[in-house]
Formats: sequence, C-alpha cells, structure tokens
Amino acid sequence: MLAKRIIPCLDIKNSRTVKGINFINLKDAGDPVDLAVKYSEGGADELVFLDITATKEGRGTFAKLVYEIANKINIPFTVGGGIKSIEDVDVLLNNGADKVSINSHAVNQPSFIDNLASKYGSQCVVVAVDAKQIEDDWYIHLVGGSVKTEIKLFDWAKELEYRGAGEILFTSMDHDGTKGGFANKALKTLSELINIPVIASGGAGKIEHFTSVFKEGKADAALAASVFHYNEIEIKDLKIELNNNNIPIRL
Amino acid sequence: MDVVIIDYGAGNTQSVKIALNRLGCNSILSSDKDKILKSDRVIFPGVGEASSAMKKLKSIQLHRLIPDLKQPVLGICLGMQLMCDYSEEGDTECLGVFKASVKRFDNKLKTPQVGWNTISSLKTSLFNDVKENEYMYLLHSYYVPIIKETISCSSYGLQYSTAIKKNNFTGLQFHPEKSSEFGEVVLNNFLINKK
Repeated sequence: MLAKRIIPCLDIKNSRTVKGINFINLKDAGDPVDLAVKYSEGGADELVFLDITATKEGRGTFAKLVYEIANKINIPFTVGGGIKSIEDVDVLLNNGADKVSINSHAVNQPSFIDNLASKYGSQCVVVAVDAKQIEDDWYIHLVGGSVKTEIKLFDWAKELEYRGAGEILFTSMDHDGTKGGFANKALKTLSELINIPVIASGGAGKIEHFTSVFKEGKADAALAASVFHYNEIEIKDLKIELNNNNIPIRL
Repeated sequence: MDVVIIDYGAGNTQSVKIALNRLGCNSILSSDKDKILKSDRVIFPGVGEASSAMKKLKSIQLHRLIPDLKQPVLGICLGMQLMCDYSEEGDTECLGVFKASVKRFDNKLKTPQVGWNTISSLKTSLFNDVKENEYMYLLHSYYVPIIKETISCSSYGLQYSTAIKKNNFTGLQFHPEKSSEFGEVVLNNFLINKK
C-alpha cells in the first residue's frame, strides 16, 4: 500500500539552514548536510531544500551543496528556490536532485511548467504555491509571500495539473510558523479537486496535526521545518503515532 | 567490475552513479557501443517520456544493441518499461525483451504514483536479504502488468509488476538508488549475481 510521506524542509541561505516565522525573521538552524543525513537515517521519506539566496554566487554554492547532499543520502529529494530556466533545472538535476520545485516562475510564465513536464516528465515537477485566505477565497502570493496576486488557489491548482505538474506543494501563509495545525479544510478541497499528489505545508506544531492533515486534510504528504530542526518532534515517534492511528506509513 | 550506465540523455543518471559509488562500485556514463558491450554490468536508467526516450535510443542506434546484450542488464523505471514490447505512453513501440504492454494507471487514481509502496511475492536472488512487504520508492504514471516474468509486485488500484526478470535482463519499477537501505541491498545483489 502506498504510504503517506513525511517531508522535512530545509530553507538554505549561504549554505546554512535557516528558519523564519511567516517568511521573515530568519534564524540559523544548522548545517544542511548534517541535517539531511540525520533526517534520512531517522526515517524521513523525502527531503525538500529551498535556496533562498538571491545572488548568482549563492546559486553556484547551492548546486555544490546539492551534489554533497546527493552523495550522503539515499532517499529522494526536491530542490527549489528561484528556478527560472531549463538551464537552472539541468544544473540541479545533474548534481543529483530528483525533483525540482517551481514557485514564482510558474505564475510569471505558466508555459514553463509545460516545457519542464515534456522535457523531464511530470514526476520531476513539483509546483509550490503560497496562498492566503482573504474572505472566502484563497489567493496566490509571490516573493516569499509579500506580493498578492489575483490568482485563486483552486483555479491555479487545476491549471497546474493540466499543464503537467506532478505534485502541488501548498503552503498556507495563514498557518505557516504558527504551530497551530495545517489548513485542513482548504487541503481537503484541493486534494479532492485535483488528481495529482498534494503536499501540505505550514502549521505543524504537534504530532496530532499530522494525524489530522492526513485524516481530515486528505493530504498525500506533510512537510514541516522547525518542529524537526529544533527536535520538537522526532520523526520516529511521529511515524509510530501515525501508524497507531491506522495511517499507512513506512516504519 | 566495469559498470556502464547507458547515457541517452534521459533524466537522472547522476543519482544511479552516486548510489553505485556508495556501494564502492565505480561506473561510467556512456553511449559508446564498445564500452557497453565490454562492460560486466549494464544499467539502463530512465526518467522521462517513453516516445522521446525511444527516439533518442534510435538516434544513437542503441535500440538494436540493448536487446542483444549478454551480460546482466538492469532497467530502472522507464528503463524497465522500455524493455517491454509497447507502451501506451506516446503510443510507442519499445525494445521487446519482455512480451508486455505498458499501461497508464486508471484516471481515478492520483497519477503519478509518488512515494513509498510495499513490494511482495518476491522471487529470485535479486531479493536476497529483502523481506516481503518492504517499502521501495516509486514515481511513475505507467505500469507493467503482471506477466510470467514478474518477480515482485505492488498494488496501486490494481496489482502490477515492480520487478521482472528474463535471462540476463532485469527490470525494476522502483528506484533502488533512492529506496534507502533495502534499495541498496537490491542494487548490490544485482552487482554480485552472475546472471
């Protein structure tokens, strides 16, 4: 039986792991290679690394880091952050990444998703969407959440599926960093609307939040950062508890 | 031991190379016929789309070479699917090592299937030291049905093949290079097995 996935996410700046709250106030959270090894040995199903460096030099350093990570771990990992071209993707895949995550550039140039899917196959293309609820609708936001667009989450997700995205990584900006639980209602709607896997992100604080994101939110995978970086939740304990709740999980 | 990973521009060959490195095995990426023929083991990887992958193989004349290889050959993911007769993906005639047609998962299922699924009904020494219902990492929209050469199966809406074997040809739908400890066991078994 296909298992639900637990995915630690590492935001990378200048070769260090960082973590902020609501996309601001960055704090150092350790060496990414050490963390990657710790998580993969500790039972993580996949990892995500997001490069939040803005400079060109930083990009080269990130590619080297990807290669180093690929040599150290034997589980799949996705990389993203500022990807704008086929060349960017080539560099990351050639350094050993398994999938890429596209965010802003999918909004700026939607045909980029079609191009990536036809060149590498949908299974390689994760599209990250950051959204915020405004009255009854969820709106896509860009640039680390600082710029609101008029694009509605559910319409956008449908379009991304049609264009060939292989998975959607949905971050609720309202929940991110709060440790108050995932956006289960929106996640359920999203998961039932589209026919590709949905990765839930934003709001993990306790083990129960993961149970409910799979049971109520119908997510295929759950992503979190600080609860893992700061040892608030051990992946092993989390997975035992999910298994006790009859959620299919790789122990 | 000389291991060649067939380089035909299809996707993620680097992670296979890195995984072999971790097992202490040096490999080269190559599309050179002599190098492929002389190697002790051939790995035929693949990430991407069937019809464009077959086009690339034909353009470098490897579509005739691969089915005639005599040493152990391991097709991974799309590599396994291309070793069958035909794939629904892009309505593609494939290499024909296995008499099977590759099909797309039912539209009611989330496709691609992404993640860790259990493998069962394990046969042959390829699965030495791997227990029934071990989890392996899968990432695919098309599948090989159960055939007489099936040596492991999984369930996603239906039962299908996650490993097939005929003579010196082995196909794996899961990614041994990304399936943690037991994926490495399978990869290592392929390297140490004589056939």
